[in-house]
Amino acid sequence: MAIEARPPPAQYVAKLRRLLGGRSGWKGLVVQLLFVAALAWVSYEVFDNARDNLRNQNIASGFGFMSQTAGFGVSQTLIPYTESDSYTRVFLVGLVNTLLVSVIGIFFATVIGFIVALGRLSPNWLLSRIAGGYVELVRNLPLLFQILFWYLAVLGALPTPRQSVSVFGSIFLSNRGFVVPSPIAEAGTTGFLVALVIAIVIALLLPVYARRRLFNTGHLLKIWPYVIGVLIGLPLLAIAIFGKPFHFEIPALRGFNFVGGARVAPEFVALTLALSTYTAAFIAEIVRAGIQSVHKGQMEAGASLGLSRGATLRLVVVPQALRVILPPLTNQYLNLTKNSSLAVAIGYPDLFSVFAGTTLSQTGQAIEVIAITMGVYLLISLVTSALMSFYGWRIGRSMGA
Amino acid sequence: MSELAASAFVAKDLVPPRNAPVRTTGFAGLVRTRLLNSPTNIILTILGILLLYFTVVPSVKFLLIDAVWTGDNRDACLAETAGHTVGACWPFVEAKFSQFIYGFYPEPERWRVDLTFGLAALLLLPLLIPRAPAKGLNAGLFFIAFPVVAYFLLHGGGLHAFVMSWTADMLSGLVGSIGTAGRKLAQYGSVAALAGTAIGWIAAALAVLIWPLTALRDLIQSSSHPLWADLAASAVIVSLLVFVITGGARNGWRVLLTSLGLFAGIAVVIVLLELDRGGLPIVGTRRWGGLLITLVVSVTGIVASMPIGIALALGRRSTIPLIRVFSVGFIEFWRGVPLITVLFFATYMLPLFLPGNFTIDGLVRVLIGIALFAGAYNAEVIRGGLQAIPRGQAEAASALGLSYWRTTGLVVMPQALRHVIPGLVNSFIALFKDTSLVSIVALFDLLGSLRASFADPVWSTPTTLFTGFAFTGMIYFVFCFGMSRYSLFVEHRLNAHRRT
Repeated sequence: MAIEARPPPAQYVAKLRRLLGGRSGWKGLVVQLLFVAALAWVSYEVFDNARDNLRNQNIASGFGFMSQTAGFGVSQTLIPYTESDSYTRVFLVGLVNTLLVSVIGIFFATVIGFIVALGRLSPNWLLSRIAGGYVELVRNLPLLFQILFWYLAVLGALPTPRQSVSVFGSIFLSNRGFVVPSPIAEAGTTGFLVALVIAIVIALLLPVYARRRLFNTGHLLKIWPYVIGVLIGLPLLAIAIFGKPFHFEIPALRGFNFVGGARVAPEFVALTLALSTYTAAFIAEIVRAGIQSVHKGQMEAGASLGLSRGATLRLVVVPQALRVILPPLTNQYLNLTKNSSLAVAIGYPDLFSVFAGTTLSQTGQAIEVIAITMGVYLLISLVTSALMSFYGWRIGRSMGA
Repeated sequence: MSELAASAFVAKDLVPPRNAPVRTTGFAGLVRTRLLNSPTNIILTILGILLLYFTVVPSVKFLLIDAVWTGDNRDACLAETAGHTVGACWPFVEAKFSQFIYGFYPEPERWRVDLTFGLAALLLLPLLIPRAPAKGLNAGLFFIAFPVVAYFLLHGGGLHAFVMSWTADMLSGLVGSIGTAGRKLAQYGSVAALAGTAIGWIAAALAVLIWPLTALRDLIQSSSHPLWADLAASAVIVSLLVFVITGGARNGWRVLLTSLGLFAGIAVVIVLLELDRGGLPIVGTRRWGGLLITLVVSVTGIVASMPIGIALALGRRSTIPLIRVFSVGFIEFWRGVPLITVLFFATYMLPLFLPGNFTIDGLVRVLIGIALFAGAYNAEVIRGGLQAIPRGQAEAASALGLSYWRTTGLVVMPQALRHVIPGLVNSFIALFKDTSLVSIVALFDLLGSLRASFADPVWSTPTTLFTGFAFTGMIYFVFCFGMSRYSLFVEHRLNAHRRT
């Protein structure tokens, strides 16, 4: 006769203890209650004081100011903006500028960072020392110092528009920024752009196809000639069929400044340069640590299979190193985005500069403006880290780890 | 056998010596193996040499060879007067040197800054040398006594009251504020009224509880020398409390003596700085600047962010749900926003949150923001250290009957902190560099002074900017590089047992 397992005794009190106070039980509950009381009291004080102070200083509260007319100009706008637009529009203009400088900065920082890291790991003694020196120098100087250095000392030392340095007679460098030829659309634009998109899609699909084929049959297709052929051939074909897509408007010096062409503001150049070189030094160290975390035997195994050093790095070492690299790399991307707020020091119209700077001083609504600014950066941070951890999770899955 | 012997070959003459193997050590070996051993490497070496040639040679030329060393104004640094292309304009740095170091600190009072710097160096050096004795005393002096002395040296001013009065003021203010909150809540009616009344009762009970303290304060304030009366009262009460807590007549004597000695030390400082008679003339923080601000902000930030970081790290690992959630939220919030928004928050928003009659100095506001920001970063570093400590350590401690606080304070935390010294130094370096951002909220730190000095028309030459940046860059580099090397040294020392 089987004895039925007795159910465990009902521990309602213990369950309640755990529910209310975590592992610390009643003591935890008391601590929590005290904590909540203290928090409630502090927030009440803060709220009360803020209300009194705002009333005494005649500062409006609420988000009504967002629909008021801003009335100031912004030097670089990617989306249409005039002085009669509202503060909401200013906010969007700033946000787009921040995102632009972050994305471009992240791209260059990653490229420079990988190059410096590989240089530092290079068997060439001189190169590794130079890369090490770069990292040490750049990491030990404040970012704001570097931004100001690029802006005031380097770009400020460029000649006036009249004596500007010209590259091939079409790109001009002066202390007003870079003037480059701007494309003006003509009849064949649509066809050209469509061909370009198709070419890029094919170029992206070909490696996938080659990979699948490699896994299924073991044959490694040589695809790079096809990729280049498609990338160059299709647009050329489009030009041949539809005619010239656009002509370039060459900037020319008229009076004291340039007419025509597109202008890249010196603030933007200085900020991008400083952000990408600064972050690159940190990325280089992260990449180096990641590559060194892959066992030496992996490199030797690759060599014994007859792979070249580059191929071993690309196919064997880097995929394994990426697991170590990705989390801190995400942090650096976030840092770069957050650091782009230093644009306020040199007057590049990023989110912080136009919103927490100009808008705050015009409206005086410190609480709302700073809360929105902080919230946006927080949101960017959270979204980026979510994206990167998703990528990390995918890599981890594909590695079977 | 004989066949073998006959055919055995015996060498008649010596085998010619083989060539020595190619050297792989020394300079020649380095050149051969690591610079010129393959066509790729040769190209890379040439590229490297070119890179060095185009960066190092112009820098050296600019900083030393073409530099101008003496002069009174911009004329000395112009190519026309110097007769050659002009590099760094060092007279500019010489002229602005005191501005870079002290900002607008009044000239006759600058000895106070020098004295503070000297004291800091005197206390910091033995703290950094592992072999120097009396680490506990040294650390206590540096982290607790020095900041107070430095405050009175740099800022000036005297004291009118001491611990007893401050505690009484703070507690009565707290109780009063709770009472006000309760009264206001009671006006809203129904449930809120009930809660408000309850809070009012609590406040009243607390007021009765702290009555002896407030009475003592009133007594002290009415005496002829309030400061000395307060100091004496504090010395007696604190020493007695410590004496009773640490074991009374049985083994509390040592602590009693230490406590009395501490108060005697405080009395000596008060007499030396004449704090009881108004102290040194006050120099407002608006007139501080240059390296002084940079160091004050970074040192205060480093010291103040440690306890915040430790508290947050413990909170994040706490088993009490609300504390954990709050810590996580707090850390993630401060880590998700740029420091510059934190500084703006501290400068523009913080004053709105404080009572209207309560003003707070601009520098202090910035310090609060930086301490909170750095505390959140430190918390994550320290949490890493806490996670590295095996559970067995805490379990062993609780098996010995130690409480949570003793387990943490005596067993877990010392090991955890030791683990994360390099990480902490990294965040200190980051903090030191980030202090340059205070120049955006109108404090003239080293970088701010540099920018201000560029506006001077007396020194505007084409190379002034580069000279200023070179000089300030060197200062920043020396501090940051020094810190990072020191952390490597400590790491190496602490890991001595791991080396094989």
